[in-house]
Amino acid sequence: MLKTKPEKRTRSMKVANMHIPSHLVLLLWSFIALFPIWVLVVNSFKTRLSIYSNPFWLPTKWNFKNYSDVLKSGDFLRYFQNSLIVVILSLAIVLIVGALAAYALANWKSKLSSGIYFFMIAGMMLPIKIASIRLLDLIKGLGLLNTIWSLVPIYCAMGIPISVFVLTAFMRGVPAELTESGFIDGASRLKVFRVIVLPLLKPAMATVAIYNLVPFWNDLWFPLIFISDEKNKTLLLGVTRLFGQYQTDWSKVLAVLALSALPVIALYLMMSKQFIKGLTAGAVKG
Amino acid sequence: MQQSKSLRKFGASLRPSGWYWMLYLLPGLLIYVVFMAYPLIASIQLSFYTGSFGNRTFVGFQNYITLFTDPTHSSRFFNAFGHTWIFFAIHMVVQNMLGILFAVMLTNRTMRGRSIYQTIIFLPTTLAVVVTGYLWKLILSPVWTGDILASMGLGFLAQPWLGNESTALVCVALVSCWQWMGIPTMMFVAALQGVSEELIEASSLEGANSWHIFRHIKLPLIKPVVGIVTILTFVNNFNAFDVVYSMENANGAPNYATDLIGTLFYRVGIAGQHPVAIADAGLGATIATITFLMLSIFVIPTLIKTQGGD
Repeated sequence: MLKTKPEKRTRSMKVANMHIPSHLVLLLWSFIALFPIWVLVVNSFKTRLSIYSNPFWLPTKWNFKNYSDVLKSGDFLRYFQNSLIVVILSLAIVLIVGALAAYALANWKSKLSSGIYFFMIAGMMLPIKIASIRLLDLIKGLGLLNTIWSLVPIYCAMGIPISVFVLTAFMRGVPAELTESGFIDGASRLKVFRVIVLPLLKPAMATVAIYNLVPFWNDLWFPLIFISDEKNKTLLLGVTRLFGQYQTDWSKVLAVLALSALPVIALYLMMSKQFIKGLTAGAVKG
Repeated sequence: MQQSKSLRKFGASLRPSGWYWMLYLLPGLLIYVVFMAYPLIASIQLSFYTGSFGNRTFVGFQNYITLFTDPTHSSRFFNAFGHTWIFFAIHMVVQNMLGILFAVMLTNRTMRGRSIYQTIIFLPTTLAVVVTGYLWKLILSPVWTGDILASMGLGFLAQPWLGNESTALVCVALVSCWQWMGIPTMMFVAALQGVSEELIEASSLEGANSWHIFRHIKLPLIKPVVGIVTILTFVNNFNAFDVVYSMENANGAPNYATDLIGTLFYRVGIAGQHPVAIADAGLGATIATITFLMLSIFVIPTLIKTQGGD
């Protein structure tokens, strides 16, 4: 990249570098992207009827009752808790199981191990929804239907291919001396894994976690087909129920939608770089 | 093999056997085989059976014949199949073309505010489809915004967009484009950042305008990413369900005008698990198998065409 000093630039170059058409296009799209979210937030603080007279601007009188009603009814918090348990447990399993496999795949070099590696990462391209009818049989057979535990093995199966892919690539880049030195000191391999390998893998594990977090949290399909029991619904399945229940009071519906989007938006705004990287890579798996 | 043998001489325990490493692979392999590989293969097998869980009989290609020739089933199937292609075409034109345009603008190094724009464009992508679907359903409702739009002189915008058979599918597709815009944009940004700055500078000194630079330098260099984005859009559209479910319903209202393969699969193969209707698992598996074949037929040539050679 050429770095010309400002005084050397001519006036016309400066104007050309302001990119006015680009800014106009991007500002227009930014407006389109943010406007619905703005409408969501401001109207969730209005009352049932005031959203009709003033749908696009700040409320004249702020109403916090929608939020307190939704939170007080208890169902929302239970749905939230169910989702939290399922997502954290699934992520933990995906990371640990993926790290164990990556440790083995990076160390064990044979035709069989590379066959297993390709077999496992093929899952990145397979749309698991297609297998839903058999998965339903399987979950029924295991007696997990209508429980939040039905979701954990499915999400693990969805997350393991990318976990193996990312962690194995990272593990192969770790110098063998680093892991083998502990082993020569007399520690068992499992201890080497726990004390040396796991801490080394931390940055790669963070990528895998973000990659899987949003699809797990935002999934509607599997809760919809596995869970009909009210108290075992996940957050988004609960949102579909509350949407029907509050249908006559849209300001309350909007409060439900805002509350359910809040955790992911908060995380996103805190670390948007990692999110964009993780989700863009994640999209490739389809 | 030679190397591992000589290493073993130095210390047998230093290089454990494959069976030892299998212990580390076992948990992952077990979950993956039981909940991913087996159900996928078994679903294909299921398309040759009829009956419900625990009581199935082999019927050969009967499910395929029913799906393609039985008047009620085949009309629904081809209706949903056609809509899925329209859905895909709208995504290719709106989402992916705009994605390339935004990415070209966002990779101009003298452009200011690039990271803010990126954060905003990507924001809807992090939200759940159900949440954005419901939100747009309310926003597009003339019941809510009709009066205010009329008072602004924009009364023509207050239409039952989602209730009208001729506009419903396009509206649902555009909301989906709005939501997922961040993914192609950022994939193209990543690809364009890899294009050499010297090459662009040299050609602009030789008098190429920005369209020429894009068409003859940038586009050929990012061809593999264009291929991946196309595949991704295709696979996601053949799995799309949430957006129709939340904005319309599982029946693809109004009058099946927004029915996609995803919603058809749900109704035929699964929804009957709830007491209201009877699901036909075999026929559902047939739709799933055809989807799987469609994806393979489309994905593999696209991969070869865009990822191979030059």
